[in-house]
Amino acid sequence: MAIEDRNIVLHVNDVHKTFGGLHALADIDLAVEEGKTHAIIGPNGAGKSTLLNVIVGRLAPTKGAVVFDGDVLTGKKPYEINQMGVARVFQTPEIFPELSVLHNVMAPAFAKRDGAFKLNMWQLLRGEKDVQDEAEHILEDVGLIARRDDHAGSLSRGDKRRMELAMCLIQHPRLLLLDEPTAGMSRHDTNTTIELLQKIKQRGMTKVIIEHDMHVVFSLADKISVLAGGRIISEGAPDEVRNDPKVQVAYLGGAEE
Amino acid sequence: MFGLDAKDTRFLLIVMFLTLATPVLLQPFPETSSLAQFNAGYPDLMQRFAIFGIFAIGFNILFGLTGYLSFGHAAFLGVGSYSVVWMYKLLDYNVLPGLILAVVVSGLFAVVIGFISLRRSGIYFSILTLAFAQMSYNLAYSVLTPITNGETGLQVYSNDPQVLLTEAGPHLPHLFGLVMSDATRVRLGDWVFTFNFGYYFTAIIAIIVFYISLRIFRSPFGMILRAIKSNRTRLDYAGINTKPYMLAAFVVSGMYAGLAGGLLAAMDPLAGAERMQWTASGEVVLMTILGGAGTLLGPVLGAAFIKYFENIFSKINEGVLHTWFGWLPDGLEDFIITIVHPFVGEGWHLTLGLLFVLVVVFLPGGMIEGLNRIAGLFNKKSEKSEEAQDSKSDARESQPAE
Ligand SMILES: Nc1ncnc2c1ncn2[C@@H]1O[C@H](COP(=O)(O)OP(=O)(O)OP(=O)(O)O)[C@@H](O)[C@H]1O
Ligand SMILES: [Mg+2]
Repeated sequence: MAIEDRNIVLHVNDVHKTFGGLHALADIDLAVEEGKTHAIIGPNGAGKSTLLNVIVGRLAPTKGAVVFDGDVLTGKKPYEINQMGVARVFQTPEIFPELSVLHNVMAPAFAKRDGAFKLNMWQLLRGEKDVQDEAEHILEDVGLIARRDDHAGSLSRGDKRRMELAMCLIQHPRLLLLDEPTAGMSRHDTNTTIELLQKIKQRGMTKVIIEHDMHVVFSLADKISVLAGGRIISEGAPDEVRNDPKVQVAYLGGAEE
Repeated sequence: MFGLDAKDTRFLLIVMFLTLATPVLLQPFPETSSLAQFNAGYPDLMQRFAIFGIFAIGFNILFGLTGYLSFGHAAFLGVGSYSVVWMYKLLDYNVLPGLILAVVVSGLFAVVIGFISLRRSGIYFSILTLAFAQMSYNLAYSVLTPITNGETGLQVYSNDPQVLLTEAGPHLPHLFGLVMSDATRVRLGDWVFTFNFGYYFTAIIAIIVFYISLRIFRSPFGMILRAIKSNRTRLDYAGINTKPYMLAAFVVSGMYAGLAGGLLAAMDPLAGAERMQWTASGEVVLMTILGGAGTLLGPVLGAAFIKYFENIFSKINEGVLHTWFGWLPDGLEDFIITIVHPFVGEGWHLTLGLLFVLVVVFLPGGMIEGLNRIAGLFNKKSEKSEEAQDSKSDARESQPAE
């Protein structure tokens, strides 16, 4: 196939995942092209988050494997997968509520710069000007610079999500996985987030995005895979998917409120 | 100064001043006053403040920053004491080799105990550490008797090698000839102050290790420990391997405990297994929580508070109460003494327990939170103007209030 000649950075090969008797994922094959935004859509319970969990090492697939840039991710620990350049925004914001917003963003930066472990007891945070400047820069990008010194736990749900996005962006990941990045955001914040994501796309970051908001999907996606009942029922360019009758039945008709 | 920002430098200087001035500050009542028994400025007690302060500072690096509650830190305390006494027996009474050995050996113990215990978290981690400490305690009484001298406790005997000991050399714990128990008493009017070398030795070590803990709190490492407490799994997905961070925190705090145990034997050349009992592990938990877990100074305050209670409050017996309330009519005097008596003297545990409950319920941040609240009441106005001045520099390093 022509697509194989292009630069595929993420391969999901024949992945299955069962929970007890429930087939959360079945026969999943996915090829994500470098620098592109690949959207995964589908009704609630379709298995979208489960797929991301398999990619980042939170769940082991029952069968199949995930290959990132020629390396098999399956069986690796989450921190190893992140160190290879995969970052994720979770569906329910996963942050450090007791830490300041700034420190939330600085922690992943240290992981990027110093690796998975460094015994840096004697350095002082205040001496880490470079990391702090970069964190502040990214907080400006996501519009949270004013909240820099607040406890992250005190942010609104939408702000937590933007902060989590900043936590990922500071690592300059090669692959960014976004699980409903705009859920809980106002229309205005959603639009700024779309702009931000478009901006990083120009820098060549590959993204997999799960989203219910079709406005977001169609503004960002180069390719869409539609998941329903744990299977991919349709795949293609946004316009193809939009007009696919199977998709209309399974999903689009119902979700575009 | 010391690489710290202005606020932390000020803080460190205040701590240094308070520590060095302790022999004066804790002796507020003149010898002749009936309140003199509340004075705490005598060497034995001040040494305990400093030593248990060190123990609690180290414990706080683990518990305060990562939230992992070890119930077995007394094991390291015991290991430290045995190390120091062994160096007395083999070399001479200079405390330095023993203290170095105490830190090294407790560090090695902590690597092993931590490596295994940290395979679990939460209550299971606590239970594992407790099990290890109780194992050490029981081994010290049984199989390890050749090393620990069992129930008698380890001490120096005249037929010990002591290869470095000369006839002239001090036959008491010392540092290059400066004897720990040496003290100078200074009389000022009715006040008597005791300046003891042993106290100043422990106090200076305490200041040094306090500074180290301050650095750890302000380092990227410290920030990652706080992040572990806040949401450990998130760190996995941010590329941090949390296990070695946890182990490092555990080992550092174990080394602090070993140092504290070593200093106990440096002040009094004995080591016994009871130092490893679970009650001793529990005590450092109480100290840290009472003072304020996760704050820099809280654990030290907690340690001092509990040691003060143990040594001073416990001395108030019925006779003392009678001298206090003697001026009341007889019936009333007896009545009040009957009520107060269970809470003082031997009953000091009861009072401490009640205080602990009150602190945990009303001041979850410990005594430090209480002090901050009081300071907040007084400083409201002055703070505003100060904040405006150095908001730029201070906010940049902003940390939760210490
Ligand atoms: N750890 C788990 N254990 C058992 N069942 C699970 C687990 N995780 C997910 N499931 C089930 O697998 C199915 C797919 O869940 P998943 O979270 O992947 O859906 P989703 O497509 O992300 O839905 P939503 O749009 O609501 O987020 C659901 O039926 C869910 O209940
Ligand atoms: Mg989901």
